[in-house]
Amino acid sequence: MLLVIVPVIALTLLFAWRYRKSNTRATYAPDWDHSTQLELVIWAAPLLIIIALGAVTWISTHTLDPYRPLRKADAAHPRSAEVTVAATVKPLTVEVVALDWKWLFIYPEQGIAVVNDLAAPVDVPITFKITASAVMNSFYVPALAGQIYAMPGMQTQLHAVINHAGDYEGFSANYSGAGFSDMRFKFHGMTASDFARWVATAQASAQALDRDGYLQLEQPSEHDPIRRYAKVSPGLFAAIVDRSLAGHQRIAARMTPVAAREPR
Amino acid sequence: MITRSEMSQLLLGRLSWDAIPFHEPILLWTFVAVSLGGAALLGAITYYRLWGVLWRDWFTSIDHKKIGIMYVVLGLVMLLRGFADALMMRLQQAVAFGGSLGYLPPHHYDQIFTAHGVIMIFFVAMPLVTGLMNFVVPLQIGARDVAFPFLNNFSFWMTTFGAGLVMLSLFVGEFARTGWLAYPPLSGIASSPDVGVDYYIWSLQIAGVGTLLSGINLIATIIKMRAPGMTLMKMPVFTWTALCTNILIVAAFPVLTAVLVLLSLDRYLGTSFFTNDLGGNAMMYVNLIWIWGHPEVYILILPAFGVFSEVVSTFCGKRLFGYASMVYATVVITILSYLVWLHHFFTMGSGASVNSFFGITTMIISIPTGAKIFNWLFTMYRGRIRFELPMLWTLGFMITFVIGGMTGVLLAVPPADFVLHNSLFLVAHFHNVIIGGVLFGMLAGINYWFPKAFGYRLDPFWGKCSFWFWTIGFYFAFMPLYVLGLMGVTRRLNHFEDPSLQIWFQLAAFGAVLILLGIGSLIMQLLVSYLRRESLRDTTGDPWDGRTLEWSTSSPPPAYNFAFTPRVYDNDTWADMKKSHYRRPREGFIPIHMPRNTGAGFVIAALCAACGFALIWHMWLPAAVTFVAMLVATIAHTCNYDRDFYIPADEVARVESARTRVMAAAHV
Repeated sequence: MLLVIVPVIALTLLFAWRYRKSNTRATYAPDWDHSTQLELVIWAAPLLIIIALGAVTWISTHTLDPYRPLRKADAAHPRSAEVTVAATVKPLTVEVVALDWKWLFIYPEQGIAVVNDLAAPVDVPITFKITASAVMNSFYVPALAGQIYAMPGMQTQLHAVINHAGDYEGFSANYSGAGFSDMRFKFHGMTASDFARWVATAQASAQALDRDGYLQLEQPSEHDPIRRYAKVSPGLFAAIVDRSLAGHQRIAARMTPVAAREPR
Repeated sequence: MITRSEMSQLLLGRLSWDAIPFHEPILLWTFVAVSLGGAALLGAITYYRLWGVLWRDWFTSIDHKKIGIMYVVLGLVMLLRGFADALMMRLQQAVAFGGSLGYLPPHHYDQIFTAHGVIMIFFVAMPLVTGLMNFVVPLQIGARDVAFPFLNNFSFWMTTFGAGLVMLSLFVGEFARTGWLAYPPLSGIASSPDVGVDYYIWSLQIAGVGTLLSGINLIATIIKMRAPGMTLMKMPVFTWTALCTNILIVAAFPVLTAVLVLLSLDRYLGTSFFTNDLGGNAMMYVNLIWIWGHPEVYILILPAFGVFSEVVSTFCGKRLFGYASMVYATVVITILSYLVWLHHFFTMGSGASVNSFFGITTMIISIPTGAKIFNWLFTMYRGRIRFELPMLWTLGFMITFVIGGMTGVLLAVPPADFVLHNSLFLVAHFHNVIIGGVLFGMLAGINYWFPKAFGYRLDPFWGKCSFWFWTIGFYFAFMPLYVLGLMGVTRRLNHFEDPSLQIWFQLAAFGAVLILLGIGSLIMQLLVSYLRRESLRDTTGDPWDGRTLEWSTSSPPPAYNFAFTPRVYDNDTWADMKKSHYRRPREGFIPIHMPRNTGAGFVIAALCAACGFALIWHMWLPAAVTFVAMLVATIAHTCNYDRDFYIPADEVARVESARTRVMAAAHV
C-alpha cells in the first residue's frame, strides 16, 4: 500500500509547489481533463494491489481462523514440517465466561475453576470455549492470540498455544459497562510441572462452584480477587451458554438449545 | 378515582428532582455557565429586538439557502459540545495512571464518550453535510429551491430538536453509557434501566426522520429540477456526490429507525428481539445497526469528496481531471458501501470465508477512492494553483486522508483486525478519515461557499491559523493513538495501569489542545470576517473565478436564486458561460412563483421533541397529549393551501438592476 501512499503524498506536494500560481514558467493546460492511459493506470494500479492483498487476505484469514484447530506447532517452530499437535499432545480445554466485571475460567478436564487468573502449559494447544453472562465482552490475551467476543447465549471459540513461559496481560477488549476498565487478568504460560502445581493449588481450595454459587458470582462486582474452586458442577458451562440456570428465563420447550447454534 | 400519586405518576413518570445532577460539580458548573450564556444570548436578542426577525426570516423560512446556513450553524454549535467531551476524555486518559483514577468516574466518563460519538456523527457531521448540500445543490443545478420546501424546514427542525434532546440529557437525567451504537444487551433494560438509552433512542429517532425526509427532498430536487441542458453527466461533481449520499440516506436511515424501534419495544414493552432470554439475539442488532452504520460513513464522506472536486478544479483554474471516472467512482462507492458492514465485527465468530469476503469487499472500496485521489492529483497537474483557504484544506485532506485510507485497508484484513479491533488504532483510523476527510471537507466547503452565502470572504489570516492548528493538532492527537493501538491498548478505558503508556496520552492531550486553538481560530475567523466585512466584500458574486452555476448569481443570491433559469451546455457551466461572454439579462422579467414561509415545521418538530421527552421519562399522559397535538398540527398544516406567492416582475427587476449598478460600480 505504501507503493500508492508515498507517491501520492510526494506528488501532492510536488504538484502543489510546481504548479503554484506565481510559477508562470510551469505549463498551464486549463482544458486538459482526460487521458485514457492515465485513467487506466490509476484504476489498474490499485486494482492489482487489491488483487494481491485479497489473495493474502483469503489465505491468512483461513490459516489464522481462531476456530481452526492448530495443526502446526506454530510460532516457536515455524519451519518445522506439519507437526500435527493434535496427534501427539492432547489439547487443553478452557471454558471462559465473561461476567460483570470479571472472568471465570473453567477447566473441565481438571475439574477446577478460577476467577481472574488463567494458566496453560507451554506448547500445548488450548481450545477456548467462550461465552458471557449478561453483556458482550471480548476475550483478549495479546501475547497468546487475537481476540474473540464473549457473548451471552452464544458460544465462540479460539484455538491458541503459548510457546514461552511467562506472565502475560489479559483483558476485555469490548466496553461492557462501569467495571470494564478493571476487567483484567494475568495469563501464565507455564512448564508442565508448574501447571500441575497451579492446578493442584486450585484443587486444594475449600470452595466448590455449583449453580447457586455461580448465580451469586454472576452478580456485578469490580476488582474481584483471584478465586479458586476445587470442583465445578458438571454441565455448568453448557447451562450458562444455554441460559437454563434457575434465575434465567428461557423458552425451553420448543427451542433448540442455543449451544447447538454456535455462530459459525 | 385516580389517586394523587397515580396522577403524578401519569404526569411526571420517573422525573423527579433526583434527575437534576446537583451532586456532580462538573455538570453543575456547566449548567451555571450555560444558563448564564444562554440568558445573555436571549437577553441580547430581546434587547436588539431580533426575535421577530429571527422568527420571520429564519425559523419559519423555507428558503433552502437559509435552511442550509441554519444547518451549518447547528453543526458548528454542536461541534463545541462534542469537542468539549473530547477534551474531557483526553484529559482523563492523560492523568488516570497508576493509582490515579482521574477526575471522571466511569458513570460520567462512559456518558461522555457515548455523547461524543453520537454528537459528532449525528449532530455535527450530518448537519454540516446536509447544510452544505441544502445551500449549494439548488444553486448548482439552477433551481429556485428544493422540491419540497416545507419538508426542508421541517427536516431541519427535527434534526435540531433531536440535538436539543441530547443537550437536555446533560442537565435532566443522564445520557446513555453504552458507546455510540448502543449495542444490546448492554443497552437493554436489564443492564441500562435508566433514561440514558431512552434519550439516545428518541433523539436519534427524531433527528433520523429529519435526515430521511431531507434525503428524499434532495433526491427529488436533483432528479427533477435541474436546469435545461444539464444531463446527469453534466452535473457538477458536488451535486453527483449529493445525489449518491441522499440515495444512501434514503436506503440506510429506515434501517436505523427500524432497529431503534425494535430496541424501544424491548425496553418499553418487554419484547425480546435483542435480549439474552426468550429467544432474543443481540447479534441481530449488531448486524442491523452496521447495515445502517457503514453506509453512514459514506453518507458523510461523499459530499466531502464533492467539495474537494469543486475546490481543486476552481483553484487550479482547470477542468476536473477524469470527470466520468470521478462519477463512476462515486457510484461504485455508493453500491459497495452496502457490502462491507460485517467488517465491524470480524471478531464475533463469523467463519473465515465470511470474514474474507467482507474483508476483500472492504479493500475493493479503496480502488474507486484511490482513483478519486489520483483524479484530484492530475487536476492539479498543469494547473495554476491559488492557495486560498479552501485549497489549503484540500491539500491537508489529500495528505492526511491517504494515511487513514491505508490504515483502513490494514484493518480490513481479518487477521490484523483480530489484533486491532476495538483498539486505539481503530479510534485513530476513523478519526483520521472523519477529521481528515469529512471535517476538512466541510471546512473547505464553508470557506469556499461562505462568500456566496454572505457576500464577503472569510478572513484568510485566522483561517490559516485555524488550518494549521487543526492539521498539526490532528497529527499530535491521533498519531500517538495509532502507536498505542499497535501496543494493544483498548478504547473506552477509564484508567490505566501501565505508566509507560502515559506519555503517549499526554501527547494526544496536547494535540487536543492544539485542535482547541484551531476551533478558537475558526470562531475568531468568523468574528473578524464579520467586523471586516466591508473590506472583504465581494460584489461580483464570483470571488474565486468559479466554474459552476452558483457563481453566476449574486452573493448572497436573491430569494429566487436566478431571475431566469439558466441553460446548460457544459459541465463547468459558468466557466463555459464566461468564456462565451455571457451577458446577464437586464429586462423582460416575469413574476416568479415561490413558496411561502410557515411555522408549521417548527411547531410539529417541537411537539415531536416534547413527545420524545415525555416518552423518555415515562410520562404517559403528556406523551399521549403531545402525540395527538402533533397529529393535529400535521393535519392542520395539510389543510393550509396558502403556501405560495409570486414575486412580482417589478420586484425582480428592482433586485436585478440593483445588482447591475453594484457590478458597474465595482468595474469603475
